[in-house]
Amino acid sequence: MAKITLDRLRHSYTATPKGPADYALKQLNLDWQDGGAYALLGPSGCGKSTLLNIISGLLQPSEGRILFDGRDVTALPPDRRNIAQVFQFPVIYDTMTVFDNLAFPLRNRGVGEARVKARVEEIAAMLDVTEMLRTRAANLPADNKQKISMGRGLVRDDVNVIMFDEPLTVIDPHLKWKLRSKLKELHQRVKVTMIYVTHDQTEALTFADQVVVMQDGEVVQIGTPVDLFGRPAHTFVGHFIGSPGMNVLPAEVRDGAAWFNGMPVALEGAIAPGEGRHEIGVRPEFVSLAPAGIPATVRKVMDLGRHSVVEAVAGGTRVSAIVEGMAPGQGEAVHLAFRPDQTRLYRDGWIASERGRAA
Amino acid sequence: MKKRAIVPILYIAFLMLPIYWLVAMSFKTTQEILGGFSLFPRVWTLASYRTIFTDPTWYWGYINSIVYVTVNTVISVTVALPAAYAFSRWRFLGDKQLFFWLLTNRMAPAAVFALPFFQLYSAVGLFDTHIAVALAHCLFNIPLAVWILEGFMGGVPKELDETAFVDGYSFPRFFVQVFLPTIKAGVGVAAFFCFMFSWVELLLAKTLTAVHAKPIAATMTKTASSAGYELGLLAAAGTLTIIPGAIVIWFVRNYIARGFALGRV
Amino acid sequence: MRKVNQKGWFFVLPVLILVAFNALVPMMTVVNYSVQETFGNNQFFWHGLGWFQDILRSERFQAALGRQALFTLMILVIEVPLGVVIALSMPRAGIWVPVCLVTMALPLLIPWNVIGAMWNIFTLPDIGLLGYFMNHVLGLDYNMTQDPVAAWITVIVMDVWHWTSLVVLLCYAGLVSIPDAYYQAAKIDGASNWSVFRYIQLPKMKQVLTIAVLLRFMDSFNVYTEPFVLTGGGPGNATTLLSIDLVKIALGQFDLGPAAAMSLIYFAITLFVSWLFYTLMTRNDVK
Repeated sequence: MAKITLDRLRHSYTATPKGPADYALKQLNLDWQDGGAYALLGPSGCGKSTLLNIISGLLQPSEGRILFDGRDVTALPPDRRNIAQVFQFPVIYDTMTVFDNLAFPLRNRGVGEARVKARVEEIAAMLDVTEMLRTRAANLPADNKQKISMGRGLVRDDVNVIMFDEPLTVIDPHLKWKLRSKLKELHQRVKVTMIYVTHDQTEALTFADQVVVMQDGEVVQIGTPVDLFGRPAHTFVGHFIGSPGMNVLPAEVRDGAAWFNGMPVALEGAIAPGEGRHEIGVRPEFVSLAPAGIPATVRKVMDLGRHSVVEAVAGGTRVSAIVEGMAPGQGEAVHLAFRPDQTRLYRDGWIASERGRAA
Repeated sequence: MKKRAIVPILYIAFLMLPIYWLVAMSFKTTQEILGGFSLFPRVWTLASYRTIFTDPTWYWGYINSIVYVTVNTVISVTVALPAAYAFSRWRFLGDKQLFFWLLTNRMAPAAVFALPFFQLYSAVGLFDTHIAVALAHCLFNIPLAVWILEGFMGGVPKELDETAFVDGYSFPRFFVQVFLPTIKAGVGVAAFFCFMFSWVELLLAKTLTAVHAKPIAATMTKTASSAGYELGLLAAAGTLTIIPGAIVIWFVRNYIARGFALGRV
Repeated sequence: MRKVNQKGWFFVLPVLILVAFNALVPMMTVVNYSVQETFGNNQFFWHGLGWFQDILRSERFQAALGRQALFTLMILVIEVPLGVVIALSMPRAGIWVPVCLVTMALPLLIPWNVIGAMWNIFTLPDIGLLGYFMNHVLGLDYNMTQDPVAAWITVIVMDVWHWTSLVVLLCYAGLVSIPDAYYQAAKIDGASNWSVFRYIQLPKMKQVLTIAVLLRFMDSFNVYTEPFVLTGGGPGNATTLLSIDLVKIALGQFDLGPAAAMSLIYFAITLFVSWLFYTLMTRNDVK
């Protein structure tokens, strides 16, 4: 178990980086608490796999340090950092039995056979693979193979952190939730720091206590799933999380208030001072159809059973609203109202309104 | 440079030695060759090359070889394409046995076929023609082409075919416009291997030809025995046979390894 | 799952015709000759299995077969491990990869008689590069045309020079298809280099190694041109391998019956052993 600290970490894949665009990972300063379940969430190319490989030691960062419990491990190779990693596709030793696969990391470290046996059986029970211990690993289906991959990580009791790099990619959809629950269960029991990299928000939000959202090599927000959904610190987070994502509307700031399409919009609180490109962010869940408000025309209605998603156009900008019950027809003129305490102002992408009484 | 680079370096040096010697000899005069040992030509001469380029018996040898090798490659790949498609996509009566039987022809000792081929091709009046050698080489080249193409075709998902048919493509149009482009690496590799195995084969090529379609290989052996060992000439002729191969490898260099594995990696 | 479609036969018909023309017709001729005896003048008499018995009992055939078996065995024992070692040491990415591949593939594209001639020139005792080196620099008595052992060694070294690259390229193809994640996982598991070879690389190379062994067995068992051009089968018949012996009988002496019978026996042996390998190779294939 270890607390992981990232200290001024930057990484570029080119030998002589010339500007921010050359960096796959821009300046990162992060602490991961011991025993936590973290998700690294972000679109493809945001740097999450790079970060993962730097933590595990498979990649050396161009700048900065990594500390495990305060010890600088930046120069240590993977097998000396006591980490485990599960990859996108099951990585198992085909020619060995399940037992030998799970025993492999222990035997390589010179652990005695009695202890190996005990430990392997313990982990096999946790993973529900005890009946397969004598089977050749190559003959198993993908989801069991991934469990073995995970098992190899758990079998060592000195593991600091287990990292998962999009581990459910090759698993059949109807088995994904089973593995996800198993992972969560394992975390409750073993209490090892786990870092789960994914581009799927459902996976991230159901697994993690804390989610780290990344975009373009930067950490955009860290928080619990509730925080991320409830109060996105960045338009990217708001847009990426939730389905449909947050509405991002171009706005103006005049006289200390926010304006959209020439109409004033009430926000959650005061606007922090500053200049920049302004946008209003409000989730469709908090946009409703009202007798008065911002005028718009309905463009599309999607009936999802319990509710409908109404896509309207207000002055050239699309705004989505979630409506329960009767939905308007296409082409109808409506008025949109935003719930003030869930309406926020963003400046150049970052949140710029403060929580509190409205101005 | 990593320490383990020493192994490929030593191996490549080992490979280049006899080739260097051949090339060096091609530039030496016969007196120098027979007179003693010299690592590097003391007197450079192009006499051997001049002979080859000006004497019809010599340069026709090259032309003949290139002709029948090209004809064979075209035939082999062309007929192998539909067959490989059938093996790759469908099951039909006797398909596994047929596939294996094709491979067995690759295994046949050429010596076994020397005499019967001589008689067969004489009987159909094709003795001493380019087409004879081209057809004879089909014996082992077609199975090879089928195996390689089938291996590459296995990597193309059947959904591609189905989508094209749903979109209304006729089979010939689908094959030429949609399918072939996806396996063009495989076609290149198959063509390369047909070229290679036809270019290097001597026994059948010599048996089936006399004067008119005589390949360069046969001309060279004649030199070795009759003209009393004109080593420089032999060396020059040999050097020139290496060049077409070198050129062709360069074009398929990215696929050589995969091709040797018959597309099965 | 492939669907059944008897139309497939039309697609394979051209292949079938061309290959069968070249394979079945000559084969029938050979079978025909092998069971008949002729005293010339195109008169043939039924001889049954007489030629087969003669050949199988003849010392000449058994000697040639023995030489061939020894040759093939030595070839496989040298070329396969050597090829694997070289493939393991080759760079897996970067600009040196095509350079390596092209130079290593070069011997495979040289006409086989040129290879024999090249090695002939190379090993001439006083004026060839290797011959000179052996005799005058190392002081050994090396003469391929007179010493059977020297001839054997030369023939084998020539084959190793010629064909090891095939094994190298095949194994290399298998190696580069291993995803990086396997090596990464092995690093994390603390595996030694030997473990990586044994549990990751070797299993992944199994299929290509089987192809390599199959091809090398078939080709070395049937080899003709290179050794023939190099030594002519000599000195004496020290290096007269099966093919060389067969061609001597068939084209040299025109003893059609024995030649045909020997051809069939030869073909049968090749076929049988190759079938064994093929079954091994496709045993685990799922089609």
